[in-house]
Amino acid sequence: MYAQMVTSEGGKARDEMTPEECAFQDRIDRGERIEPKDWMPEGYRKTLIRQIGQHAHSEVVGQLPEGNWITRAPTLERKQILLAKVQDEAGHGLYLYSAAETLGVSRDELTEMLLAGKMKYSSIFNYPTLTWADIGAVGWLVDGAAIMNQVPLQRTSYGPYARAMVRICKEESFHQRQGYSIMMTMARGTADQKAMAQDALNRFWYPSLMMFGPSDKDSVHSAQSMAWKIKINTNDELRQKFVDQTVPQARFLGLEIPDPDLVWNEEKGGYDFSQPDWSEFYEVLKGNGPCNAERMEARIEAWEDGAWVREGLMAHAEKRAAAHAAE
Amino acid sequence: MSALTETTMPETTLSADAVLFETLLRVGDSALILGHRVSEWCGHAPTLEEDIAQANVALDLIGQATLWLGLAAEVEGAGRDADALAFRRDAGGFRNLLLAEQPNRDFAVTVMRQFLFDAWHAELLAGLAASTDPRVAEIAAKARKEVAYHLDRSETLVIGLGDGTPESHARMQAALTRLWPFTGEPFRGDATDAAAAEAGIAPDPAALEPGWRARVEAVLAEATLTLPDTARFRSGGRSGVHGEALGLLLAEMQFLQRAYPDATW
Ligand SMILES: [Fe+2]
Ligand SMILES: [Fe+2]
Ligand SMILES: [Fe+2]
Repeated sequence: MYAQMVTSEGGKARDEMTPEECAFQDRIDRGERIEPKDWMPEGYRKTLIRQIGQHAHSEVVGQLPEGNWITRAPTLERKQILLAKVQDEAGHGLYLYSAAETLGVSRDELTEMLLAGKMKYSSIFNYPTLTWADIGAVGWLVDGAAIMNQVPLQRTSYGPYARAMVRICKEESFHQRQGYSIMMTMARGTADQKAMAQDALNRFWYPSLMMFGPSDKDSVHSAQSMAWKIKINTNDELRQKFVDQTVPQARFLGLEIPDPDLVWNEEKGGYDFSQPDWSEFYEVLKGNGPCNAERMEARIEAWEDGAWVREGLMAHAEKRAAAHAAE
Repeated sequence: MSALTETTMPETTLSADAVLFETLLRVGDSALILGHRVSEWCGHAPTLEEDIAQANVALDLIGQATLWLGLAAEVEGAGRDADALAFRRDAGGFRNLLLAEQPNRDFAVTVMRQFLFDAWHAELLAGLAASTDPRVAEIAAKARKEVAYHLDRSETLVIGLGDGTPESHARMQAALTRLWPFTGEPFRGDATDAAAAEAGIAPDPAALEPGWRARVEAVLAEATLTLPDTARFRSGGRSGVHGEALGLLLAEMQFLQRAYPDATW
């Protein structure tokens, strides 16, 4: 997901918890919201910073693969829709950094950790957008997968995070629809366009399945995060839901899911499907994906080239404040 | 009509519709080309707030271009639409100001270009909002509100960065010097402009200069920047003679429509 393989701190059994920790867990179990000024275990705070930070970074880096096609969008209307979408993603980054700030970490600190390679963003944004159909596939599959994960997070235990998710989810469904609309037009278009649409699905299918992260049914980190309600479903549950939702959509487009073993399983009421190549996933996380270097380079360049702008505006604001105070 | 004949057609033969068509292209193309330039920042701006703001300006300008070019196509009545005008004309058919096509280079050039443009754009749209053609007046009235906000923002940035650190000041001064030669073109009218002004379709370009100049001088003074004493000499965009940069911009912008001419998107 946008937050993949977040290491969770804590994981204590109830009889090892302090009375404060017990009371905290009871609040969560009762479905209460935790707010910034409330007492919280250090592990909860740190895990949330990691998760929200990774999510925020994903929104920001996520501007790049789609931004890659803004200047080449094929019609004025498609260009405006894509611009509005990428603008939303930057806005999502802002909401999430603000949510993280309530936990005592600044946006600049988080950004510096990202640029130093100490924090991650979703693996999906390390794949290239090679044709216009990829913009369709990203909206349909990537935003679609993000929605799977983010809808339940609207009920997460940490108030500012849950509220950020509510705002974000409202916009994500527009993102997915615009992606699907591109795919539809391409799939019903010329032979070239249909081939581009199928090729985009072929390249984005398994990376989209990777977004949910490897199976975590035995992960202690996930168990702790779920106890704290900062993770609501297991990775496998979400992946299954995503596949079940997406297969009929692909068929409606007349496109083929690139998985010969995909088959409906009547008994479980869902599809059986092939796992992505998890060794590829780990390589991408380590920085060896097709676009890791370019994505980081672009963000570092934006940050470094923008330093004089941030400093200039800050200096001006200080001059203004000083002049104002002297009046 | 080929791009070449569009460029060289004698102005004296222009009918009323041709004058309107040409006037709409001039407004619409500047919005489109500057919108394109601004959109190049997406994901690369100095702050997340600027990523959002730049996308917003690009979105407004491209939206305005869609309206202007849509009306132009309607007036032309040759079966083209806004997309055909945007994606199927060659550089010689474009009527944007040279200022609008200048490459982004650094954020200083981007911000200064925006300010010099916005200050003119606001004056122009005020005039177009009073057009005798209600279709023109309607689009201008909508665009005016957006551009008032653009100008507000670009002014704030020019002042903040001009009167910021020594580095930001130097960069803004260099940007102003680089762009200054392109600031005469918006006010230099030709026979088409005279005909449009005569018909009350659009304001006389020269009449926009005092308002622009007053605004620019006030803002640059507050930004502690010095007006260059170079000539505001460069022009040609409004009659289809552009710089090399526009051809490359169009090669990128028009790629899909050119590579797959039979496709709809
Ligand atoms: Fe998002
Ligand atoms: Fe997203
Ligand atoms: Fe999205």
